[in-house]
Amino acid sequence: MKIIVLVKEVPDTYGDRKLNLETGLADREASESVIDEIGERALELALTYADAHEGTEVTVLSLAPEGATATIRKGLAMGAASAVHISDEALRGADLGLTAETLAAAIRRVEFDLVITGNVSTDGSGGMIPAMLAELLDVPLATGLSSVEISDGTVSGTRNIESGVQQVSANLPAVISITEALPGPRFPNFKGIMAAKKKPLEVLTLADLGISADNPDAARSIMLAVAEKPPHAAGVKIIDEGDAGEKLAEFLIENRLA
Amino acid sequence: MTDFPRDAILVVVETLASGELEKAAAGLFGAAAAVGTPVALVLVESGAETAAAEASGLGAARVLIAESTDPSALGVPGVDALAAAAEQVQPEAILISHSLNGRDLAGRYAARSRAAVCVDAVGVSRDEEGVVAHHSVYGGAYNVTSTSTFGPPVITVRQGSIEARAAAQPPASETLAVTPSGKPAARVDSFEEAVAATSRPELRGAAKVVAGGRGLGSAEQFALVDQLADTLGAAVGASRAAVDAGFVPQSQQVGQTGVSVSSQLYIALGISGAIQHRAGMQTAKTIVAINKDADAPIFEIADFGVVGDVFKVVPQLISALEARKK
Repeated sequence: MKIIVLVKEVPDTYGDRKLNLETGLADREASESVIDEIGERALELALTYADAHEGTEVTVLSLAPEGATATIRKGLAMGAASAVHISDEALRGADLGLTAETLAAAIRRVEFDLVITGNVSTDGSGGMIPAMLAELLDVPLATGLSSVEISDGTVSGTRNIESGVQQVSANLPAVISITEALPGPRFPNFKGIMAAKKKPLEVLTLADLGISADNPDAARSIMLAVAEKPPHAAGVKIIDEGDAGEKLAEFLIENRLA
Repeated sequence: MTDFPRDAILVVVETLASGELEKAAAGLFGAAAAVGTPVALVLVESGAETAAAEASGLGAARVLIAESTDPSALGVPGVDALAAAAEQVQPEAILISHSLNGRDLAGRYAARSRAAVCVDAVGVSRDEEGVVAHHSVYGGAYNVTSTSTFGPPVITVRQGSIEARAAAQPPASETLAVTPSGKPAARVDSFEEAVAATSRPELRGAAKVVAGGRGLGSAEQFALVDQLADTLGAAVGASRAAVDAGFVPQSQQVGQTGVSVSSQLYIALGISGAIQHRAGMQTAKTIVAINKDADAPIFEIADFGVVGDVFKVVPQLISALEARKK
């Protein structure tokens, strides 16, 4: 079984995240960069399966700027066997369509059984890469799984949609995405961190993948404007002296909120 | 071939197991009517007539009905239908809910047709060149607009973000002929419909939200949040800490990885206000916080903050509000 896990470097949600107001791109200097937690959960799922099934090979795949090597190595330290890092200046500001095309080209280079991704990233909130990949790779898609069973030729799981709960299954190869309901990631131990330094980490450019960033046939999403919104300012703060409930009721009624 | 309006906005909606349109439909038609003529593509399993009538009632000038020939195939029949509808209608934009199914549909269709996607929009408008999507990024810290370089943008719209509603239109529906693509799909083996256990408003798009955090202490004591919500006619939300502690299901989580709300009123009970929580609620118009810890970060964005014990303040608040109602 060959499993490819997509991981994404994102600005840490524990700090302030900034957009560059001239380029509209994420200001990578402004905050710590980390692997998006949902990607770590996706990797945990793959590693748990690999632990129990000999002969499973887990590869992490990431499309990220040059400096993202450290976050990708974390995936290797957790236990992935190899990593592929797609990095190219021409991908700066790439939209979802170009991102998916590039990832699909990298996935196509290897025989894969299962691609696992997070359901939605914390920075872009798009949640669309899994669907785009399934379409481009011509394989079944099962998104938003809150439980997953991987077996020899199939993958199945629970899929929560607004109107209820589906049990879904797909023949491999397939693309799946998982939710936060799946177990959190293991911490890389010292042995894992040392071993990660010797594991293969392949760096690919668009030329290696035969992709052109400015294909005239593909429409791209472009940002027209970006503006910072002033933060919500604090108002009054009172300390309860036995009548705070009454005071709050007055505030709500005065403001026609009750 | 029938002529579709030149300013057609193709709105794709799916039907629920009950036969009704998905809840986001009203907002999608409302958004579409503000920038063009809404044309509906309704993905139905059965009950095409009621669904078509509902779409007209919500503002669709024309309704295309696509009945799935293989309802257990996950997603692919919808994509095939959208491809056929877009070909016929030649819309100026395509609007789809940013739900799990909507995202799958938009992503697959965009990859197939090489169209551009504008994701998680909170509004749409029009400039001299076409339809533009508005986004609220990084938990509402930035406003961004986007569109496609050419061709109709495929815009997924955040659920509950559109207040506008379209005027009802006279019924005009037809069946859409769809050629199946034969693309491999996952199977839906079984489905269990969620029973609406509560008459409370839904969290997404609610005008008022009362949310509880770890400070509530237990699932039983979380009932205090429900009581205040019912007094105010509000929806119930929770912080990730409260969800992780098992007080409430994940569907009620407000924040970075949960639901984003922009309600008129947001009352945070026993929520410290970690930055990930604020990312899901800081665009609320009026924020009220009650917390024991005077240094809790939630107070930095609260219009009215109370440093105190939720178990003392909230019951008093409820009786004061009930007293005014009499």
